[in-house]
Parts: sequence; structure tokens; C-alpha cells
Amino acid sequence: MKKTLLTLALLVSGLLTVPGAMAQTAPKNDQLYQAFGEKAGLVALMDDFMVRLLADPRTGPHFQPANQQRIKEQLVDQLCDLGGGPCQYKGADMQSSHSNLEITKSDFHALVEVLQQSMDAKGIPFRKQNEMLALLAPMNRDIITPK
Amino acid sequence: MNRFLTTLAAGCAACAALLPALAHADTGKLLLTGGVSSVEGAAGGGITPWAVIGTNATDDEFGGSAYATRVGTRDYGLNVYGAALGVKDRFEFSIAQQDFDTKATGTALGLPGLRLKQTILGAKARVYGDAILDSDTLAPQIAVGLEYKTLGSTGLDGTLDALGAKRNGLDAYVSATKLLLQQSVLLNATLRATKANQNGLLGFGATLGGNENRYTLQPEFSVAYLLSKNIVVGAEYRFMRNRLQSAGKAAGLGDGLRASDWKDVFVAWAPTKNFSLTVAYVDLGVIVPAIAPKNQTGFYISAQVAF
Repeated sequence: MKKTLLTLALLVSGLLTVPGAMAQTAPKNDQLYQAFGEKAGLVALMDDFMVRLLADPRTGPHFQPANQQRIKEQLVDQLCDLGGGPCQYKGADMQSSHSNLEITKSDFHALVEVLQQSMDAKGIPFRKQNEMLALLAPMNRDIITPK
Repeated sequence: MNRFLTTLAAGCAACAALLPALAHADTGKLLLTGGVSSVEGAAGGGITPWAVIGTNATDDEFGGSAYATRVGTRDYGLNVYGAALGVKDRFEFSIAQQDFDTKATGTALGLPGLRLKQTILGAKARVYGDAILDSDTLAPQIAVGLEYKTLGSTGLDGTLDALGAKRNGLDAYVSATKLLLQQSVLLNATLRATKANQNGLLGFGATLGGNENRYTLQPEFSVAYLLSKNIVVGAEYRFMRNRLQSAGKAAGLGDGLRASDWKDVFVAWAPTKNFSLTVAYVDLGVIVPAIAPKNQTGFYISAQVAF
């Protein structure tokens, strides 16, 4: 039992320190922005993304009535900003821009899946995709309609 | 292997029956985020439950899953099949049927063809957090669960009675799961309160030679790395209760009923949202070392359908 407890203690301290050492803070350098192909890469990514969003039966109805060009431009700014690029997202905050929409967690997951398809299509490495998704995912709190 | 395919077919037939009743038009979890089906039925890794709620159901949805698993070690075989119901990503109800083939050990005990069959009813409730989307905090998703296990009557009943082991028991556990999305790493820790000997296949508790009828706390850990959207690799470690050893000693078996920890390394592959295949190399430690003294290493293969 003593050995068990010791092993447990080591494992638990491992669980606590490993994430601590890799604390999920916004990147200070622009490596993520670079990995996404800078501004041109982000513009191409969002063009592809919007085509897929409109084509997907789960997300299409949400984006059909929207100002698609404006959404694309804002997403480029937002991802550029998050990725450490030379942009500042000045668009509407996520909460007020989604407050009049009915968005479920399934809708949010569908959007993530479509974004993954677009990132795959643009050849962005899976690890870099996850780094960006880690910065975007917390926005679900402002985007998904509270019950 | 043939038996595995038959079991798998039975599992899929059960699932097909569930499908019309349960399949919501657009259940929408992300790939593999409902975990796979553990050998005890709860969603998680292969040998331990996670805090995730199984099936593809998210907040407003109902989902179902069914699975079949085959484990083959040096001296034993284990077939498991079962199903789970996911309710609004909040509650999970599961059932699993384990069929453990004792092979030569049964024969050595004078019980040729001995198969230990155990039914496990599980319930799990998510009580905190979102393991996947809360990627800006280290706070995990937390769930609590119960597993009620009933070991079928076999020729081993007399032996279990003599050891003072019951044929049913209740496990309770708490699990914490966190996806470190930025690192593509998933961590899980589970703490289980149990009286089960070898997960219940050798009964629950043991009174011979002292009182070993109290619950013990057994930690279980999983770590996984996301290789791609649909492939995850990982490892698990499950500390096993070893309280049958002293009863075995009192019965003159020395350390012949000792148990040791379970471990595995696995690869899970989900080609679609509705199907996943998990293969693993397992080490279940010693199981009745009086007769089978070597570590029970071998393979694990599990197929799951989920909606």
C-alpha cells in the first residue's frame, strides 16, 4: 500500500505539474500565425471555410442569411490576432454578435468539424490546428445559447 | 476469433435494434470525445472509466452505443459485450456482460470448461466542466459513477463461499478528464472504491483469515496523445485490489490468489463518428498465480458503434 501511495503521489504530482509547465496562455510569438500562412493563408482558409459552412446542412442555415464577407474578414482578423500576427480584432464581441441566435453545442461542434476540414484542406499540421482550436474553443461560452 | 466475430455481430444486432429508438437526427460530439467502451461498460479507456459521457449525444440529445471486446492473455480469454445510453451529455447508463474463460486453470481446479460470467450495470453523472471545450483552464470534467456487478453461479461458488467472497458488489468512482488541446494530450484519473477481486470475476471481499470486507480505494490513470482527428494512442494503469491473497494464504494456497495491477498501451481509431476500433497490448498481472504463475499479457481488441 505504501508503494501504491507513493506511485499515486508521483502520478498526481505529474498530472499537476505537467499542465502547469505547459500553461495554456496566448502565444507571445507569431509561430501560429506563421503556421497558418500569415494573412494570405488566413484569407484563403476563411474563403474555403465559408464555402464549406454554407454547403454543410448543419451549419448552412446559420450562415446563409449572414453577411458572409464581413464574417470572413472578422475571422481573418480574429485568428491573426490569436495567432500572434500583426492584427487587432476590432469586431463585435462574441456574446453580443451571437445573442440573437439559437446555437446548440452540437452546432458549435459542427462548426469545429468544418473548420478542421478546411484546415486539413489547407495542409495545416494537426498539432497547429489544435493550438488554434484551443484558443477558439473557450468562445463557446459566449456563442452557445444558454439554457 | 470466431467467437469474437459472433459476439460482435450480436452487439451490432443489439445496436441496430436500439438505433431507431435512440438515434437523434444530429447528435453532435466531436470524434472520439465520447471515449470508447471500457471492459466494465462505462465510457472511457479500455480498462478504466473516464469522466466523459459515452455516445455522440450533446446537451439536448439522447445517444446510444454498443460494443464487443475480446481480450486474450497467456492463460485466459475474456469476451465482453454491452451497450450504453447517453442522456443530454449529463447521464450515462451502461450494461456489460463479461465472459471469462478459465481454460487450463479451471481444469486444474477440477472444473474443466469453467467460464466466469459477470453482469455489470453502470450509471454515471457528469457533475462539472467540459473536458474538451474549456481549453483555457486546467479545470477538468468531473463525473461520478456506480457499477453494480453480479457474478453468475458456477462450479466455483463453493470455493468463493469458503474464502468468504460474495458474488455481487458495488463499485463507486469519481473520474476527472482533461483534454490539453494545445498539447493534443488527454489525461484521466479515476479513484474507485471497490471490494471486487479481479474486477469481480473472483467475487467481492473475502472473510477467510481475517476481515477483508472493507472497501479499498484504487486509483486508475490514462494518458493519451491525439495523433490525428481520428487516431489516438495512449497508455493506462489500473491499481487492482489485492485482498484475496490473505484469504488464499489462510486456505493454504500461499500467494496463489495474489492479484496485481492492470496496464495497457492502446491505439483507438474512429474512421467515422459512428464506429471505432481499439487495439491494445495488455498486462493484467497475475490471475490465480497458484496455477497460472506468469503475467497475463496479451491482446485486446474492441469495436464500438455509437450514435
